[in-house]
Amino acid sequence: MSSLAPNLLDEALGFDVATSTITDRWDGCRRVILIEDSVETSGAFVLHHFIKRTLSPLSSDVVIFLSFSHSFSHYDRVLRKMGCNLVQQTENKRFLFFDLLKFQCKEGNVESVTMALYGKVHKALEICCVPDTKTKVLLVIDDISLMEVATNGSSNQVLDFLHYCHSLTSQFGCSLVILDHEDIYTSTDLPTLLLRMECLADTVIKAEPLGTGLAADVHGQLTILNKGVSDVVGKKRSKSSNFHFKIKENNVEYFYPGSRT
Amino acid sequence: MASSKARTSSFSRNLSSASTPQIPGLKHGPNGTMFLSSGIEDLDKILGGGFTLGSLVMVMEDPEAPHHMLLLRNFMSQGLIHTQPLLYASPAKDPKGFLGTLPNPLTSKDDKSHVRETEQEKALRIAWQYKKYFGEQNLNSQRDGKAEYCNDFDLRKPLERHILIGQSIDCVSFQECSNVATLYDRCSTFLAPNHRLSTGEKGLEKLDGNRSDGGITCGGRIAIQSLCTPQCDFSNKDWEMLSFIRSLKSILRSSNAVAILTFPPSLLSPYFLKRWQHLADTLISVKTIPDEDKELSKLLTGYQDMIGLQNVHKVARINTQVPAILDATIYSMKLYKRRSLILECLNQAPVDGSSGTSYASSGS
Repeated sequence: MSSLAPNLLDEALGFDVATSTITDRWDGCRRVILIEDSVETSGAFVLHHFIKRTLSPLSSDVVIFLSFSHSFSHYDRVLRKMGCNLVQQTENKRFLFFDLLKFQCKEGNVESVTMALYGKVHKALEICCVPDTKTKVLLVIDDISLMEVATNGSSNQVLDFLHYCHSLTSQFGCSLVILDHEDIYTSTDLPTLLLRMECLADTVIKAEPLGTGLAADVHGQLTILNKGVSDVVGKKRSKSSNFHFKIKENNVEYFYPGSRT
Repeated sequence: MASSKARTSSFSRNLSSASTPQIPGLKHGPNGTMFLSSGIEDLDKILGGGFTLGSLVMVMEDPEAPHHMLLLRNFMSQGLIHTQPLLYASPAKDPKGFLGTLPNPLTSKDDKSHVRETEQEKALRIAWQYKKYFGEQNLNSQRDGKAEYCNDFDLRKPLERHILIGQSIDCVSFQECSNVATLYDRCSTFLAPNHRLSTGEKGLEKLDGNRSDGGITCGGRIAIQSLCTPQCDFSNKDWEMLSFIRSLKSILRSSNAVAILTFPPSLLSPYFLKRWQHLADTLISVKTIPDEDKELSKLLTGYQDMIGLQNVHKVARINTQVPAILDATIYSMKLYKRRSLILECLNQAPVDGSSGTSYASSGS
């Protein structure tokens, strides 16, 4: 499958290029990945990429998807064009979709409602993660800023929820992918939520427009920051990479700046 | 999710969508979406066909000029001509009165003369505008077939009374609403499940074209004017308004309606403004231009006819991940013959020419 061939994004994320299965690399990673985007450039395509990778026919991994922003049919349409049938995966119990479009807390019950949601996620994970199997779970949240809206701006509750989800990564060995909009927080002096999330994250992926505006050939640039990568001598350090992308219906092209004519 | 059982293969051909007869006022778009006209032909063209059904369009107002009203009025008028149900919410005491200011479609005779004249005009344009010239010609050749989808409106003539009679029009004044929840209730009853605007099943059926029962009969329109103005009691409750927009967006998604919401961005803090912008499927801003700006008038051709600028920040992307890349994001708003609104790409004079001397010297 050509679309599973490694690209710059996978390389930057550290997916093993040599082995086409991703399970080995995910193994023990238990990563938290934060995707940041802006009004001009949507980072949703990175989410789609993760879903597609995780649901690859070569693995038995599971995606648990918390959607605050789109309906199932939207993702189904998008992923179908990428060669991944979410309806079928739902039937195979490899894609669990939580439709949270109408998720809304009222004053006073914020904590109980978010806790109930966490309970559901926890239960779903318990079912998916049968011990002694190689099944890995990817927990995706699209997107966290809408959860803030749904909880009427109580970012502390959202943070609590995130911390609980983070604890799941060590409990069940799952990975967590969060989408958020960076530009919301640029005007605030203390963007607690964003800073905390960046702190939690092992990998931060930033989707930004080009400084010169959008072009037909280049839709924007990705900056990927991997924290705590061991280098040759075994020292922990951060590694960042940067490249351009062009989004198509069935895949995304990644290339280094200037490598396109 | 249950409704989607019929389609298990990625490669099943969607026969039903091809055979669905054209519904007046609606147009098939890419990725199984449907379009509904904005009432401004140029805007439809810029957005790739119109407003996507189930999307939320947000317009950032100019605090000094009511250009957003032009968009609203054309949008509402177009809906009434297609006999689409309409919900209009505004901060005014008597929103019904606004219906009297809606523009009337140009008669076909006027329409044709408009086309012919613009074509003549275009023949006179000079070389560096050629690209635009070709673009518009295509549009004109198409317009005969799609005349019904989008009308030309005469902003000076009020909509004829008989069009308003018997329509399902719902008007809400913010002043009646003590909180946003009331407004939300009005919107949700407008889009209620047993109403003809709802597809019944969540999204999938509508989008996959299984319209045998329920079915799309027509698209609905919601127009909300100046949501966060101080006239309404809830204007200081930022989170509540955000929740309202988000809830509105989620009920829209499973309906056959388009909502257009205008707001003055200067009344929101930058933090909330960004959140509002993220919630919009399609984001447009309108700006007035100063009357006597000599710098600008030197820079842009046709400056005298312009009434303002329109900026398209974001185009709805439903069922696809590919962003819409527009040729231009800023368009000039002009009133053709002071009656119909047209949008044009900005024609910027060559940079060297803006100094003003090179042309004059070469000419003499």
